[in-house]
Amino acid sequence: MILKSMEQGRWLPDPPLCLNLIVAAFHISIFSLPVKIRGKSNGTRIRIQKQKWAINKPFSLQSSWMRIRLFYRYRDLAPQLVPLSYINKPDVKLPYELIGSMAELKDNPFRQRIAEVFSEDGEGNMTLDDFLDMFSVLSEMAPRDLKAYYAFKIYDFNNDDYICKSDLEKTVNKLTRNELTPEEVSLVCDKVIDEADQDNDGKLSVEDFQHMIVRAPDFLSTFHIRI
Amino acid sequence: MGRKKKCALQVIMEDVGMEIDGQVESDSESEEDEEGEKATRKQHSKEAIKSSGHERKKQNKNGEEAELEEKAEAPRQKRTTKKKSHKMNDSDGESEAGEAASRKKKREKKASGKDQKEAENKEKQTNKNRKEQDKKQKKNPAESSSSSSASNSSDEESLSEEELMRLKEQVEEKKKLISTMRNKPWRMVKKLALLREAQAFVEQFEGALGKGKGKKFYTYKMMMAKKWVKFKRDFDNFKTQCIPWEMKIKEVESHFGSSVASYFIFLRWMYGVNLVLFGLIFGLVIIPEILMGIPYGSIPRKTVPRAEQATAMDFSVLWDFEGYIKYSALFYGYYNNQRTIGWLKYRLPMAYFMVGVSVFGYSLMVVIRSMARNANENTGDGDDNNFTFSWKMFTSWDYLIGNPETADNKFASITTSFKESIVDEQESNKDENIHLRRFLRVLANVLIICCLCGSGYLIYFVVKRSQTFSKMQNIGWYERNEVEIVMSLLGMFCPPLFETIAALEEYHPRIGLKWQLGRIFALFLGNLYTFLLALMDDVNEKLTEEVVIKNITHWTLLSYYNSSAMNDSAVIPPPIDPADMPRGPCWETTVGIEFVRLTVSDILVTYVTILVGDFMRACFVRFVNYCWCWDLEAGFPSYAEFDISGNVLGLIFNQGMIWMGSFYAPGLVGINVLRLLTSMYFQCWAVMSSNVPHERVFKASKSNNFYMGLLLLILFLSLLPVAYTIMSLPPSFDCGPFSGKKRMYDVIQETIKQDFPLFIAKIFSYVANPGLIIPAVLLMVLAIYYLNAVAEAYQHANTELKKKMQMQRDEEKNKRNNKAMTSSAMQDLDHSLDPSAKSVSQPKPAEEQIRLYQKKQPCRERSKKQQPHQLWERRNACTTTTLCDDNTTTKA
Repeated sequence: MILKSMEQGRWLPDPPLCLNLIVAAFHISIFSLPVKIRGKSNGTRIRIQKQKWAINKPFSLQSSWMRIRLFYRYRDLAPQLVPLSYINKPDVKLPYELIGSMAELKDNPFRQRIAEVFSEDGEGNMTLDDFLDMFSVLSEMAPRDLKAYYAFKIYDFNNDDYICKSDLEKTVNKLTRNELTPEEVSLVCDKVIDEADQDNDGKLSVEDFQHMIVRAPDFLSTFHIRI
Repeated sequence: MGRKKKCALQVIMEDVGMEIDGQVESDSESEEDEEGEKATRKQHSKEAIKSSGHERKKQNKNGEEAELEEKAEAPRQKRTTKKKSHKMNDSDGESEAGEAASRKKKREKKASGKDQKEAENKEKQTNKNRKEQDKKQKKNPAESSSSSSASNSSDEESLSEEELMRLKEQVEEKKKLISTMRNKPWRMVKKLALLREAQAFVEQFEGALGKGKGKKFYTYKMMMAKKWVKFKRDFDNFKTQCIPWEMKIKEVESHFGSSVASYFIFLRWMYGVNLVLFGLIFGLVIIPEILMGIPYGSIPRKTVPRAEQATAMDFSVLWDFEGYIKYSALFYGYYNNQRTIGWLKYRLPMAYFMVGVSVFGYSLMVVIRSMARNANENTGDGDDNNFTFSWKMFTSWDYLIGNPETADNKFASITTSFKESIVDEQESNKDENIHLRRFLRVLANVLIICCLCGSGYLIYFVVKRSQTFSKMQNIGWYERNEVEIVMSLLGMFCPPLFETIAALEEYHPRIGLKWQLGRIFALFLGNLYTFLLALMDDVNEKLTEEVVIKNITHWTLLSYYNSSAMNDSAVIPPPIDPADMPRGPCWETTVGIEFVRLTVSDILVTYVTILVGDFMRACFVRFVNYCWCWDLEAGFPSYAEFDISGNVLGLIFNQGMIWMGSFYAPGLVGINVLRLLTSMYFQCWAVMSSNVPHERVFKASKSNNFYMGLLLLILFLSLLPVAYTIMSLPPSFDCGPFSGKKRMYDVIQETIKQDFPLFIAKIFSYVANPGLIIPAVLLMVLAIYYLNAVAEAYQHANTELKKKMQMQRDEEKNKRNNKAMTSSAMQDLDHSLDPSAKSVSQPKPAEEQIRLYQKKQPCRERSKKQQPHQLWERRNACTTTTLCDDNTTTKA
């Protein structure tokens, strides 16, 4: 799907053509912008548009170059499984063991949750699209609300759309490698619920979570993976 | 015509159906959040309608365009040129039929898509703000559309104004979709599909709307802006990578908590400041003097006297900074009073004075600026400290970590930070016997004041003794260095003593640290000022001595020349060898040497303390533990904790010494730079190897403004003696850059008189007039007062607002609690009145309420601690509802 562009452009993503492809992708990433903002004639309109674009950067999950790099990263995880060409839309899934062993993820205490949240089957087995999804959300460019949404999903261990106390306990234990005593853990969890729970139902909903997380000073700086 | 339209419509509808079906199929795989999916599906179907709409239209167009659409990702550069040609086609090529069809289609879409839109709106709640913005933007184009359409009308007469507007609206919508696409938690497949369609649409129709003027420039600007942002980000990354010792400090932080790390950060900051000072002094004073000044041995002040020459190179002499070191560029006395030196005509005395002033100026500026920044940061995130635990839990893990060792550190530091917060929390909930504690605190303070007085007296005693020693001839090493030794010993043993006394007080470690710092500060300050007073005595003695020597020198010279002139008037007598000239005592160099000595002995004491007190102790505990009666690690000696307060204060006082001494010993800053550099590595190593974290881990106070405050105080206090000596003591007559002048600051007046035009001198004299200076000072004081008042008012308003917010929150919570309480009361009543009827009268909601209540119980208990009137209110509410309930039950 990602390489649909390549199909359309009739580029075969073969290794010999790799250089060519990267150059072309570079061109795309540079000149994709002019196309999007083409056709503003009026002076006032241009000004308005400028503001708009300055605020919301033009849509790019990642630049095309990034996408291609991600594809090769994905392929490197299992070269024998992933074909080079996605023209025929092959149904390839990489198991969680491979995803979780990536250098970017392997030290993350939440790696399993991340893989589960972003994989379509909820088991951590990822298709290329899931993989791209994951890194687009965790990229620096991703907007805060989106990140907050997925962060919520990651911390919601039992998938019940609420972060309840057991989820919090799991989070604390993962963060501290079980070095806190059970009393301390439960104290911390109580405090968290006490702080962030706006509607007093004893668990954190998405709204509670977002309300809390968007005020955090270093959420954006820590919730991203550079690849 | 009409039939054709219908046909087209039918085909479109079919297409749409197919599209939707396909989408459904693909979507059915992922059923995580059905609601969102549904909404998005609708959205998608709408998109599909539109896209299929213009796919149909596309067929009407020429082949080039179709090909263009196929290559959705083809290089855009070509397309810009192609697009222009397409625009031409657009105006005449688009047949009227197609035109009308598309118009009708759109109308239809509008009608059918309205309810869909509403669903979409619900789904996009998170993007509401954005939407509103977009709406506003939509309005603007609508306003401007008349003009744009006017300009377009010449281009595209076939498009009616209404049509154009509608088209524009759609394009806007698509654009909005493109720009908000990133915010939607959809799967990548869907995102890409939607994006393709939207982009295609926008591309196709924007071309029809726009005209090409200013476009290129605009795109170029946008591109540059994007690049600039990227560059800035990269540069920031680069900058953070360039910060020295970041990893070292992080490592320490992860093991010892942020308070220990704050010391190292402070050390690093100090190193930076000292580097700048070093650059100033070395670049503007020492190096010019070495390069361009008169070389060593040419004049008396640059030569070792004959009496000292034999021992001038001995290590014991050099170690005391006598001999060659004393007569080097490191000290004040070496500099000549020539107005200009070298071929550059560098005005060295002027430079010397200005550098001395600017060292203080720069330090003051830096300290105050960083204090202000810290204060800003403090208010920046200080107002939202009601999420401490939540933020710790959800944002403390750094997803960037990809290194097992760092991950270990991070785990350790997160655990530490959790413990810190828990300690804080427990601290706030504790209450004990307050009278005992008060007594203990008073007792501790009395004890500490006794200690301070004792140490002050000791230093006074020692200084007095040293003055008598200095008059004696044969004195040993101990007598000569008694003052330094006693001061170092006091600095070594008093802080631990204070710490043991402070254990009585049972303050929270953070507050305890501040008290400790304050006390040690008082101790050091007392010591320093006693030392200074002694030094002043010394200087005054030297000054009187100098007058005598000045006469002697004058007389010697006179007699020498006279005698030679008498003996042989024809031959010019050989000048006196500079080593033989009688010298004044040069009190400036003496002061400089005192400070350098003090600094060096301080460095040594610090290092030896670390080596013996920490490292040797750790080694002893670690290795002797195998064959010892009791457990050394857990028992008495154990490992040392890192003494934050002592180290910080040592650093601050050291810096004060540097500031005071740097005017009379320019080389002192160089020594200090070396010291800070080595102590960074040495202390990092010592901490990691031989210290254990504090038993009660605690976080450094949010900003280290306290350190900065102490530093500022010390800076001010060290400025005083230097300013006093500069302003009121006459410089030595035969050494230093200001020799021969009445006061040191005369160098400025001299420069102004000789090097500047007359009117500047006049202006200067006016400005220096007390009649002007006093009002200026008054004005400044008034300004400070005013700004202070304003700041206070703001702060007041801030706290009021905060209180209000807190109250609102509490109220809301209470309301909810009330509800829960009433329901529970109702339940109780129900239960007591008619246990069997309960299930009949209130079958399901009651159970739900019970569950709700059980969940809320902890909250309710918490709120019980709150104000009594709230409780009373709640009770009232309870009774009323129970009454009502009573009625209902009886009715039932």
